[in-house]
Amino acid sequence: MSSLLTFASSARAFLSGVKAALTSVFVLVLAGTYLGIGALAHDAGLASGWLALSTILVWAAPAQVILISTLSTGAPLFEIALAVTLSAVRLFPMVVALMPMLRSPRTRLHDLLLPTHFTSVSMWVESLRLLPSIKHEWRIPFCNGLSAGYMGTALTFGFVGFYLAAGLPPLLAGSLLFLTPMSFLISTARNARMMVDKLGLVFGLALGPILTAQHVELDLMWTGAVGGTAAYLMHRAREAIR
Amino acid sequence: MSTVPTELWPFLVLVLVGFMPNEIWRAFGLVLARGLNEDSEIVVWSRGVATAILAGVIAKLIVFSSGALAAIPLPIRIGAAVVGFSAFLLMRRSVFAGVVAGEAALLAGTLLFGR
Repeated sequence: MSSLLTFASSARAFLSGVKAALTSVFVLVLAGTYLGIGALAHDAGLASGWLALSTILVWAAPAQVILISTLSTGAPLFEIALAVTLSAVRLFPMVVALMPMLRSPRTRLHDLLLPTHFTSVSMWVESLRLLPSIKHEWRIPFCNGLSAGYMGTALTFGFVGFYLAAGLPPLLAGSLLFLTPMSFLISTARNARMMVDKLGLVFGLALGPILTAQHVELDLMWTGAVGGTAAYLMHRAREAIR
Repeated sequence: MSTVPTELWPFLVLVLVGFMPNEIWRAFGLVLARGLNEDSEIVVWSRGVATAILAGVIAKLIVFSSGALAAIPLPIRIGAAVVGFSAFLLMRRSVFAGVVAGEAALLAGTLLFGR
């Protein structure tokens, strides 16, 4: 246990976390993702300050994409809230898995509020990889530094995407808007570990445009309910056969 | 809602239908840190639903594009997505290679066949 990493102060642990964030591969992923989201927000007629606040408050790229794209099509608010909350369910098991690594007997609940809010795919993957080599008492400031590094990257590239979309010639502005669906399609496929994820992806890709073309009300809700339940049932059926 | 100035409305919407429905799952995770495990039935089902919704949004952004992307013909947008996804599968599941290939295909397709 003596080989665990230790720091002179909380500030040092925080800065070490920032450095770990800026030198990880997720910086590239976040930069590309938020360039696209910035362009999307500009296209939807939202303000750059709104985009920055959504990055700080929501801090989940899929939920932000759903929020921005549904707001611009004028979907009913309760449908937007439903789609956002369903996209956020995955955060629950992540927080559940992360908390035992951060908590020590002396940790107070309010110390865990920031790491809880910061929990997202990039931060979670890197925390699970890096925290075990750090002494318990420095884990929370390290984790907050890591998250601040990622959030700073997302905020910066969100602004860059927003203002590039405003000034670029049409073809390049179009390719910037293409960044969001392209990178999400691939990263969702990459994160699909179980059968239910893969089938959900295929069914959702097919159902989304079909239901929209048929002018079905609450098309996203039905895409999720029908596509997701079908994916779950087929996943279960396959498990049962095995 | 006549008391809310129009310029504040998008921010109110952000908090109500963006922040709150998203944050509630993090709060649940903190409070019930020893609750469900990742393989419980309800978590597996909600993963299927969440993935399908996100996939639906992705497909709609490609098929029913808006703004500058809408000026690029639909077959080129779908073709570019297929090229990008194939590159991802061929290049050892590299997200970066897939995105670069998809973007390159979109630009090349538009310059060669577009408008």
